[in-house]
Amino acid sequence: MKYILKIRRRERGSETDYFQSFFYEPQSESDTAATALESLGKCDTLTDINGEPARKIEWERSCLQQKCGACAMVINGRPQLACAAVLAEFKSSEVLIEPLRKFPTVCDLIVDRTTLFENLKIMKLWLNDDADRREKLQELAYRSSECIQCGCCLEVCPNFYVGGRFFGMSTVPITTRLLSEMPKQKRKEIMKLYDRHTFAGCGKSLACSNTCPKKIDTEELLVNVNRLRRKEE
Amino acid sequence: MKTVNIVGAGLAGLSAALELSKRGIACNLISSQPSERAQSVLAEGGINAALNTMGEDDTVAEHFYDTMKGGCFLEAESSVKNLTDGAPVVVEELLRLGTPFCCEEGRIMLRNFGGQKKKRTAYAKSSTGKMIMTAMIDAVRKYEAAGLVTRYPRHVLVNICAEDGKLKYIDVKDMFGGSVIRFFGETILCTGGLNGLFDGLTTGSILNTANAAALALGAGAELANLEFVQYHPTTVRITGKRMLISEAARGEGGRLFIMKSGKPWYFMEEKYPELGNLMPRDVVSREMFFVKRDADCEGEVMLDMRELDDAVWENKLSDLRNEIISYMHIDPKAEPVPVSPGIHYFMGGIRVDDAHRTNLDGLFAAGEAACKYHGANRLGGNSMLGAVFGGMTAAKTASGSECCTRAEIVDEKYGGDEATFAVSKRIGEALTEGMGIVRTAETLSSAQKMLEELLDGDLSRIDSLRVTLGLAMVRSAELRKESRGAHYRSDFPKTDDSQRLHSVAKIKNGQLTIALEKPKAGGA
Repeated sequence: MKYILKIRRRERGSETDYFQSFFYEPQSESDTAATALESLGKCDTLTDINGEPARKIEWERSCLQQKCGACAMVINGRPQLACAAVLAEFKSSEVLIEPLRKFPTVCDLIVDRTTLFENLKIMKLWLNDDADRREKLQELAYRSSECIQCGCCLEVCPNFYVGGRFFGMSTVPITTRLLSEMPKQKRKEIMKLYDRHTFAGCGKSLACSNTCPKKIDTEELLVNVNRLRRKEE
Repeated sequence: MKTVNIVGAGLAGLSAALELSKRGIACNLISSQPSERAQSVLAEGGINAALNTMGEDDTVAEHFYDTMKGGCFLEAESSVKNLTDGAPVVVEELLRLGTPFCCEEGRIMLRNFGGQKKKRTAYAKSSTGKMIMTAMIDAVRKYEAAGLVTRYPRHVLVNICAEDGKLKYIDVKDMFGGSVIRFFGETILCTGGLNGLFDGLTTGSILNTANAAALALGAGAELANLEFVQYHPTTVRITGKRMLISEAARGEGGRLFIMKSGKPWYFMEEKYPELGNLMPRDVVSREMFFVKRDADCEGEVMLDMRELDDAVWENKLSDLRNEIISYMHIDPKAEPVPVSPGIHYFMGGIRVDDAHRTNLDGLFAAGEAACKYHGANRLGGNSMLGAVFGGMTAAKTASGSECCTRAEIVDEKYGGDEATFAVSKRIGEALTEGMGIVRTAETLSSAQKMLEELLDGDLSRIDSLRVTLGLAMVRSAELRKESRGAHYRSDFPKTDDSQRLHSVAKIKNGQLTIALEKPKAGGA
């Protein structure tokens, strides 16, 4: 069976999108959207579904095994990692591939996710002292350290937009880890920033929880930080 | 203000940035993608240090000896001594940064790993690399906010320019905007291993294109020990790459077998009673190659983890199990997993002394990009150690000299700065032919011919340098007429003490030369 990949594209420097479709012949039933994009990238001359020559499709990737977050994009309307999107699991043989829409598009499927990293800086997410490690919190620190900063949680968040005061879920895992390794008296500053940039804006839709490619239980992390926040009051 | 340039923001690059920051020295941290995407996040099993927390009387001297022996005594003793002496400090520092290493009752837990008789590998389940990276990224963020670390997080190295044995500048290209920035001043290359020469055939990241090593070679830097390519015994093919099954699987009790005359044959345990499945990786991969060829054996080599108890799966290998289920549709708790050796690590790279200086003044290298510490075969658990320790050491050295730094946007057009797929594919084919687990003069000469023919064609600058790098690898393997560690030649199956030397590749007067030389030590 042949797949049709319908890709939302954009030239560098342009502000308008267009769609272009490509045939993809799968090599195995475990082929993912990343496999397909990788394979199209290796064509000597890429042609679209009408046989017209096409510019190489630009997208970001690194590990191809769900550990780095580079290839996050919107596939059939759902933000996910291309390397985890198994084509055979989609209902139709036509697959719609688009860039994450909350972030500015650079070119084709590449978006500028700078805001993810800038927000972590604004939140002052680092330790000023040696980690105060507690064994009972080891598992929590581990689970929150699994966040790959892909941006999928922000894509589905009804309240997040780039440049807004609300930073969304992507800062919460690191907040959780640092709080788990910080003595109580040092938590104040991060808590203040958490209040301002997370707590105040979060409408608890928890769309992030169903979307996280690493299956981080965002509700658990939020509940945990909010519990500490109450203690501060 | 003195500013050091760091290319690559994986573990070695972050370690260098952190060390410079602590010394109050600024750095430009240049990478093609943010640190979260670096190959270091893939590291699974752990990091070695003789912390002796498991009641086995482990010592730094034993870590030193195991590393030397695992590397077939190819590395300079002084280098390995620095590394193993420094290891406990490295792991303690990572603990201070908050890495959630597995701890019980106040002590850090250590696990068994290949080539080591004692438990020496600190771990966080089987995502140790990701956990260390998260802690390091958070630590470096503090200095980004303070203005000491300036990130260039979507910038690719496109040129290294040296003159009279001295680095002049590097050019990096903004992948979003297209502008080229020229950085003058001391530069540390932390650009990872040579995966890109074996397109789609390694366990590593696609971002490690090998372009930095090719550009360094072109600029006159020496590369060493390129023939030592590590095949990890337990990998599986997934689409687009190979996936690693961590050595921790065997460290926690996994066993290798193959069906022989209708019965499972646990060949490693029979052939190597002492270390069994935990022999160094070069030995295990080679034995797998041989049993596969054995006429009485049939099918694939299988990794049998059925005997591991529930607590091990839950507390130590939960993510590994999920990964195998997700990609192979096999539950390793219930069924053995078919595995085969795959390219995992490059012991060779840019040649550095103990202080991580290259032969070009002002240019340093660390991490997998550098040839240091691991000799003819790297032990599991020593790569993250080498990356953190190497980055730190390079930063210390670079911080010692007075050197002015500046960066400017230049009107340079680097068209064709990306490798062409057709050429990369051909390089991969040639190297697969020549640089397998077992090598001979014939396969090496055929690989050499393929690459030389490729060089005769009309190639872009970067393609031409990449082919030359591949050629350097094949010719280094041809020159070494012995078997040692990961370099096994069926026409020279014995280790020859007179060749306990490093192969050194460089371009001199436009010609590629390969020679055996003493390991570059000292300087630290």
